Amino acid sequence: MCQGYGDPAAARICATGNALMRGAQRCLWRNALLRGPVILRRKGLLYALALAQTSASAPFPGCYKERFHDPHCTRPATVRRVFLPTMNSHLLKSRTLWISVAMLAVIGLIVAVALMWRPAIAPIKRPTSFDTAQLQRGARVVEAGDCAVCHTRPGGEYLAGGLPLVTPFGTLYSTNITPDAQTGIGEWSLPAFERAMREGIARDGHFLYPAFPYVHYRRMSAADIADAYAYLMSGPAVHAPAKQNQMNFPMNIRALVSFWNLLFLHGEPLTPLAEHSAAWNRGRYLVDGPGHCAGCHSPLNLIGAEKSSQYLQGGSVDGWEAPALVGLGQRANPWNREQLVGYLRADVVDGHGTPAGPMRPVSLSLARLPASEAEAIADYLLRLQNPHAVSETTAKKQPVIPADHTTGALLFSSACAGCHAPAAPMREIDGRPGLQSTSALQAASSRNFLKTVLEGVPAIPGAPGPVMPPFAASLDNAQLGALAAYLREQARPEQPWADLSSTIEALRQETK
Amino acid sequence: MSAANGLNPSRRAFLRGGALLMAFTLMPIARRVLADTEVDTLGTVVLAPDLPGSLRTNPYLDAWIRIGADGITVYTGKVELGTGVKTALLQIAAERLQVPASAINLLTADTALTPNEGYTAGSHSIFDSGTALYNAAAQVREMLVDAAARHWQVDAAQLSTRDGIIEGPTGQRMAYADAVKHVDVHQYAKAQSPAMAAADFKLIGHNLPRLDIPAKVSGGAAFVQDMRLPGMLHARVIRPPRPGCTLQAFDAASIEALNGVVKVIRDGNYLAVVARDEWQAIKAMRSGIESAKWSGGKAIPEAADIHDLLKQLPSKRYPISNNGNPGDATETRFKARVTKQYLMHGSIGPSCAVAWFNNGVLTVWTHTQGVYPLRAGIAEMLGLPPERVRCIHTEGSGCYGHNGADDAAADAALIAMRLPGTPVRVQWMREQENLWEPYSSAMVTEIDAGLSQGRLQDWNYELWTTPHNERIVNAGRLLPARLLAKPFTSAPSVPIAQPEGDGDRNAVPLYELGATRINMNFVTTMPFRTSAMRSLGAHINIFAIEAGIDELAIKAGLDPLALRLAHLSDPRARAVIERVRDEIGWPHKSSEPGAGIGFAFARYKNIMGYCALAVKLRVHPQTGEIRVDHVVTAVDVGQIVSPDGLRNQVEGGIVQSTSWTLYEKVAYDAGGIRSYDWSGYPILRFTQLPKKVDVHLLDQPGEPFLGAAEIVQGPMAAALGNAVSNATGRRWLNLPLTRSSQPA
Amino acid sequence: MSQITLTVNGTAQALELEPDMPLLYALRNHLNLNGAKYGCGLGQCGACTVIVDDQPVFACLTPCAGLEGKKIRTVESLGSADKPGPLQAAFIDKQAAQCGYCIAGMLMRAQALLERDPHPDEQTIREHMAGNLCRCGTHLRIIEAIKQVAGHNGSRT
Repeated sequence: MCQGYGDPAAARICATGNALMRGAQRCLWRNALLRGPVILRRKGLLYALALAQTSASAPFPGCYKERFHDPHCTRPATVRRVFLPTMNSHLLKSRTLWISVAMLAVIGLIVAVALMWRPAIAPIKRPTSFDTAQLQRGARVVEAGDCAVCHTRPGGEYLAGGLPLVTPFGTLYSTNITPDAQTGIGEWSLPAFERAMREGIARDGHFLYPAFPYVHYRRMSAADIADAYAYLMSGPAVHAPAKQNQMNFPMNIRALVSFWNLLFLHGEPLTPLAEHSAAWNRGRYLVDGPGHCAGCHSPLNLIGAEKSSQYLQGGSVDGWEAPALVGLGQRANPWNREQLVGYLRADVVDGHGTPAGPMRPVSLSLARLPASEAEAIADYLLRLQNPHAVSETTAKKQPVIPADHTTGALLFSSACAGCHAPAAPMREIDGRPGLQSTSALQAASSRNFLKTVLEGVPAIPGAPGPVMPPFAASLDNAQLGALAAYLREQARPEQPWADLSSTIEALRQETK
Repeated sequence: MSAANGLNPSRRAFLRGGALLMAFTLMPIARRVLADTEVDTLGTVVLAPDLPGSLRTNPYLDAWIRIGADGITVYTGKVELGTGVKTALLQIAAERLQVPASAINLLTADTALTPNEGYTAGSHSIFDSGTALYNAAAQVREMLVDAAARHWQVDAAQLSTRDGIIEGPTGQRMAYADAVKHVDVHQYAKAQSPAMAAADFKLIGHNLPRLDIPAKVSGGAAFVQDMRLPGMLHARVIRPPRPGCTLQAFDAASIEALNGVVKVIRDGNYLAVVARDEWQAIKAMRSGIESAKWSGGKAIPEAADIHDLLKQLPSKRYPISNNGNPGDATETRFKARVTKQYLMHGSIGPSCAVAWFNNGVLTVWTHTQGVYPLRAGIAEMLGLPPERVRCIHTEGSGCYGHNGADDAAADAALIAMRLPGTPVRVQWMREQENLWEPYSSAMVTEIDAGLSQGRLQDWNYELWTTPHNERIVNAGRLLPARLLAKPFTSAPSVPIAQPEGDGDRNAVPLYELGATRINMNFVTTMPFRTSAMRSLGAHINIFAIEAGIDELAIKAGLDPLALRLAHLSDPRARAVIERVRDEIGWPHKSSEPGAGIGFAFARYKNIMGYCALAVKLRVHPQTGEIRVDHVVTAVDVGQIVSPDGLRNQVEGGIVQSTSWTLYEKVAYDAGGIRSYDWSGYPILRFTQLPKKVDVHLLDQPGEPFLGAAEIVQGPMAAALGNAVSNATGRRWLNLPLTRSSQPA
Repeated sequence: MSQITLTVNGTAQALELEPDMPLLYALRNHLNLNGAKYGCGLGQCGACTVIVDDQPVFACLTPCAGLEGKKIRTVESLGSADKPGPLQAAFIDKQAAQCGYCIAGMLMRAQALLERDPHPDEQTIREHMAGNLCRCGTHLRIIEAIKQVAGHNGSRT
């Protein structure tokens, strides 16, 4: 077992599950729905046409990026309702078209079958002997890949799945990846596992939803995948049948994922670039391979795929801003290597604070790896240049409602000062930074600050570390706004947050 | 809460007169207990060494029981620490007076009213006070019956009592309150108490719902924190960032100017603020912390170095047990070093006290464990005669030993003296409790034991510890007194003698051994202030002993439980072990990976309650997370007073010891103590609870009370350790049992 | 000082309070309610838990300002020592207290759960209650008391 892998993992998972669950929703969206219409549109299939029409008439693809935040985004139920009438009215007009369509349908059907069918790989008897060194390596790979983050339900058995991923299109449950023969991956051979990791196909040939980030895992080395496999197969087999997904039509048709794969599944295992240092290459590998950082930190296109042209230029996840990871050292609140390494390992660092939200469990995983891993990631990230002069969106200098300093100061005294005032032991003894020196209050967007206040930072049962209670039920919207404005004034007096009340409204809606 | 009226500052009346009587212990309590104990650290004088329980220090019957027109009042010098002992004592007194429990007004420790029973500690309350009441109540009842018999001129044997009424053979009736007029209860207890068959008990051994719970579930005033006296002011103290700091600058004027602030106190390095409203006091305290500039301070060691440091610091070596000859080389040996980090009491409610200096008398309401020693300490600190200080116990949050209670009381006393006529409530903040309460000492022990032909041979055990009993024997033991411009110095540290023991509590195995070489190195230079916390050294000593027994058995291919039985002849010890063995189905365990089963046994202090315990758990092979699936324990604490109360204590001990053993350590390094709140000192939460706990009570009707509150801490730790070893094949010997605390 | 009207246990009361006062101190010192306890002042232990509208909150860091018009409930609203409410009665029945300092907060957190989900299973109870700390080790009995109200059969282990 690796050295840094000491304290109860399920405990940490329990604490962080919520945040992650929401994080995973983002992936889900991408795979579960938005791929569908796009694929079909491009392929020109009958089904595709229908769906394309549907998507054209439905507002949701266009508001994908905002769908977590914009309550007015049309929900899938609406989409489903308009589906058939749209088809009837637009498509069935002329005979020629009919024939063309029929031919296309036949061809499409053949292509579709070819696309949508994958063979099963023969079951095996679970391997029982393992190389200790390989298990130690595998433990690190699994940690670097954040497997437990989604595959462990809060309070549930380690890697036994069952974490609900709630989307507007239904609910998915993460699966059991313990080596249980019936309900887990006990019958999976290494080739079956590797196929899943690289192509998103389960042992029996069914398509996995891309909530499982095989798009990134496929870039891992064969050795790492083998090590992870050994580690997973060596653990206790937990009998935990996968919970039935509750996806709405058509997203309950797994085979549709094949079309998405056709478009977005590419990239080969990463190979080191000779012109860069070993650490840089290691960092790149961790970032683009197991760590799948771009899953959150790259913007998504209209249909929910990462925009490769805007690699790591910032995205959003469950209402949190996943900040740009390019130009980290050059921004107004720059990162140095020490800060970044500490932050990546869940420490509280001056100038930035500590990770919250979906990044917290990621950083806790990194903290269990040798420090060299976070250092390598930092080495890689800090060399990523910002292709744009300014990627930090500066708040518009429009006049905003002046910050209610009196109210903000009083609220700080009432609700925050016990921990965050200069006299508080957290500041005096641990030397933690004042709130003004945190990324959340320095950021152009108020989201991460507000999300942290609303949701807090959960404790990891049995292990010491920063915690913060959630204030969602303790502060109303006006108070949140006043507090945010007051603290922002201290952090960035020249740049007040312009959109506080609407952001707060949106966040409240999202968490309902 | 009423004001301090009717004070009788010199009340020690029950000690007046009377030569020592020759008497016999009515109940066959082990005489060895009369060695130093942690309860009578100060202020108790043994007047009648052979009387049972606390009658030996307080032999007068009317110190315990008074009957008047206003009813029956029973006094105990013990206090309710959250164990339910008040209800249990009431059951005993009511049983032996043969009155309903509701007929008794039970008063707990108050220096103006109750006997001095020293400290409420060490699982002694039922043992000391329960035994005293058991005898005193029966003797008082007998005196009343005799008085009625004389009055009616009938044979006392013809009289009976019911509900506080004495009934004669021809229908005569006399209330206790009338009978008491014919007799002087102010006399020494006798050697003999009227016998009562355990089978006749109507209250002892039966469940009486606790008196205090209804108020505690409904917002009644139940704690010292809930006291509100007329005109009461609220105070907060401002402590240095670490021990040994000197105050360089402090802007009192700016704080005095704050809204509601009545007084700012600065005396040397002692700082406090007083305000009309509690929230104002808190804000003034915050301002004060910002304003105060400190220098110096005691160096804090690195946590990783503490065990080496303990072995290097000046210490005094106490031989604990040196018997037999080690003999020849043994077949099987176990040699290991066992360590424990500092632990915190961590009561959920930080310490609090209310004090009022009125008409020349200072009254302090406090959740101390010992009102008399505290009174002496406060009197010395303030330069007042002890009779002008009254300490009244008022419940606080759960008490598991010497926490901040006494220091907070001293704070209240110091502050109230500067505001004559005004009651002052001092509430410590969470960080003040965490940073300034005395901790349970870090310890290191070294074990080297041998087994030959199935017999335990030589047992070498050396331990290093700082004090576990820094109780209030002088003003210098009170933290605030050390901060004053004219500081007091703590009295020299003295360990509690065997058989009770200090860091060496339960250091001597109860098993029959060929030879022992057991020594304690008592480290008097304390890197951190330490004092009593439940079970003292027994937590690690039992952990170490039981690990040793298991290892020797496993190496020799023997069943660990059978090995224990083979070295125990005490039938009560054997009974608890056999009960647990049968109930858990020893040694069967689940076939799941990482499953383990572990067993442990100890008799607390080797003279008190017996506890055997087995644990089934799973150590996740990948994460190292420990889940406790099943705990089975059997306890024998003599005659059970309250079965449910005992069960509650044992369950609580199991859960608390699980938390200590699996998760807890004070985090510190040269930069300071990081465990200033629960984020830095995580304790067990609901999700980490054992899944199932079975408690079996082995009652011993008619046998002496042995005490319950601390008997399970050591065995639970040990059984966890043994189960983890059984599960993983690796012997983890550093507490807490986290993977990161063990060598690679 | 500012005047703030708090509706506590069904009664609206206008109070003169420091404008930044957290709810805990208003309840304890201005309304003389003992139920909510000071434990950490940091939202870590739950001893101060009360219900605002239908949510359990830490009274120690919930500002009074902003609570006007909201329904605040403390343990005193559940019943009295003489006439305990169902949850209080279950705590008494199970003798689910040792020192009892954490108990009022436990009751209120459990009450919030039972109002939302009248029949939670044991795992749900354990997870829901994890925000509140007990140091005496009364957890098992607290769970049993909640289960009793949640309609679980079976006796205490």
